[in-house]
Amino acid sequence: MARMKQSKNAKELNSFMQKKKGIYSWDRMMPIILATIAGISVLTTIGIVVILITESAGFFQAVSITEFLFGTQWTPLFADPKFGVLPLIMGTFMITLVASIVALPIGFGSAIYLSEYAPRKVRNFIKPILEILAGIPTIVYGFFALTFITPIIKMVIPQTDLFNALSAGIVVGIMIIPMISSLSEDAMNAVPSSLRNAAYAMGSTKLEVALKVVVPASFSGIIASFVLGLSRAIGETMIVTLAAGALPNMDFDFLKSIQTMTAYIVTTSQGDTAYGSVEYRTIYAVGITLFVITLIMNILAGYISRKFREEYE
Amino acid sequence: MMQLDAEKQMRRRKRKNTIFHILFLSSTLFGIVALALLLIQILVDGLGWLNWDFLTNNASRKAEKSGIKAAIFGTLWMMSITAPLSFIIGVSTAIYLEEYAKNNWFNRFIQTNIANLAGVPSIVYGLLGLTIFVRVFGFGKSVLAGSLTMTLLILPIIIVASQEAIKAIPGSQRNASFALGANRWQTILRVVLPSALPGILTGSILSFSRAVGETAPLIVVGAVAYITTLPNSVFDKFTVMPIQIYTWANLPQEEFHNVASAGIIVLLLMLLTMNAVAIFLRNKYQKKN
Repeated sequence: MARMKQSKNAKELNSFMQKKKGIYSWDRMMPIILATIAGISVLTTIGIVVILITESAGFFQAVSITEFLFGTQWTPLFADPKFGVLPLIMGTFMITLVASIVALPIGFGSAIYLSEYAPRKVRNFIKPILEILAGIPTIVYGFFALTFITPIIKMVIPQTDLFNALSAGIVVGIMIIPMISSLSEDAMNAVPSSLRNAAYAMGSTKLEVALKVVVPASFSGIIASFVLGLSRAIGETMIVTLAAGALPNMDFDFLKSIQTMTAYIVTTSQGDTAYGSVEYRTIYAVGITLFVITLIMNILAGYISRKFREEYE
Repeated sequence: MMQLDAEKQMRRRKRKNTIFHILFLSSTLFGIVALALLLIQILVDGLGWLNWDFLTNNASRKAEKSGIKAAIFGTLWMMSITAPLSFIIGVSTAIYLEEYAKNNWFNRFIQTNIANLAGVPSIVYGLLGLTIFVRVFGFGKSVLAGSLTMTLLILPIIIVASQEAIKAIPGSQRNASFALGANRWQTILRVVLPSALPGILTGSILSFSRAVGETAPLIVVGAVAYITTLPNSVFDKFTVMPIQIYTWANLPQEEFHNVASAGIIVLLLMLLTMNAVAIFLRNKYQKKN
């Protein structure tokens, strides 16, 4: 009887060990399951590239690539449609220009303050506020541009349009400040304090330490944060849809209504263009242009921060 | 004479330092002032319109009767799919990359790929969702299509956050588990994940709040319909809070801008609650270590 029990236990133990080591055990299965799930992110990329190429291929059969890339009129819904993407790129460029004038100096200055000047207490107070600023939905920023910034601009310059590039650009700039500030600050924090102390020992002021030691040492990271911020401004959609208008043009007038690539995609997909028509496919042609531009900028940012990094320690 | 010059120069350098100190401080304050202005303006316009009727009414053509109920439910429906799905996929991917993946070209490719996906403009995800989920899979302009699009959008953020949390677990804990005879999966399940969970949850909640506030891709996927009924299944049409706000903000009448402000207050309150939970988890976790 006791013997039987023992052998039963041994059997159980045996089967347990086999389960643990067997082909179907969790330990063997999980890597395969997890790797399969990890493949979803690869599929997403493939999906994006494939649909952008296949859907815009139909567009480029009807419209030549030269006309698309170099045409200066964008009127796809007119009776005599023109498909030159330059006005949309011009709109995006104007927004990005205003945004960078606002965000680059302010983001940079605030990064220097937080990393070099701010006492710990002030820093602990300000950082969460910047995080909140970064977490506000873009639709809220767009509403802010339309109902707060635009009226102020109109008060100063009365002939400004209700929808204009200036207001939207300023607010896009405000939106990307936290991103530029926190990425630049990370880069500055990575500079070892021995470098700072050496400069202080030679009698430098804080400003001299910041501008002549810390900034040169973290330059690649700062530039990378600028490029990432601008790429974000290019891809920003709701602020420009709400506040910059829907009038693609090449006038380069910041007080007038314009249209960006992103705003065009949103407005057109809301409308009732027939599925499969050339007008419908324009959103993919514009989408692939946008995708390529932002991808190049993101890769560039990564390249800059890797290639030109100053290595210490 | 020379000493006087040196003193003068010193004073100039110090003055320059002070001027720039003020300059850097004011650029930091710029963001805070902007945030304050934004919040004050929205509270002033919206608070008067925020009442129980606003929360329980559906959209209406009259400003006084407009409510955000359908949009709140739309957001909840969407998140009930997006949150668990993106959590499972994101954490699994992070575990694979951190615990199993060998340093070969394929795994490096996945890692680079995730970094690049995080930089793709959200509107492009909208085009992906429109083509794949709405057209190819035939889900139509439904809750399901919107949720799946949003899942793909926030996936890179969850993956990166979870990876950071898993990386922070010291190898000695894993070795202790191995020494007790546990295999790799048991170690992950019983040692790594419990320790990394607070970090993973914080990152996930922050990315969920990103999904709640996101507008553009859902407009492209088709969640713009003028909705007066709540969705009953995942195949129904829907709208979400940011899109409802967008619709109101786009109307020319001044009263609807106040309605939009009231909507923004509700949206920001929801996001604030989510962020507070995330920060609470983070602080609790930081104290432990």
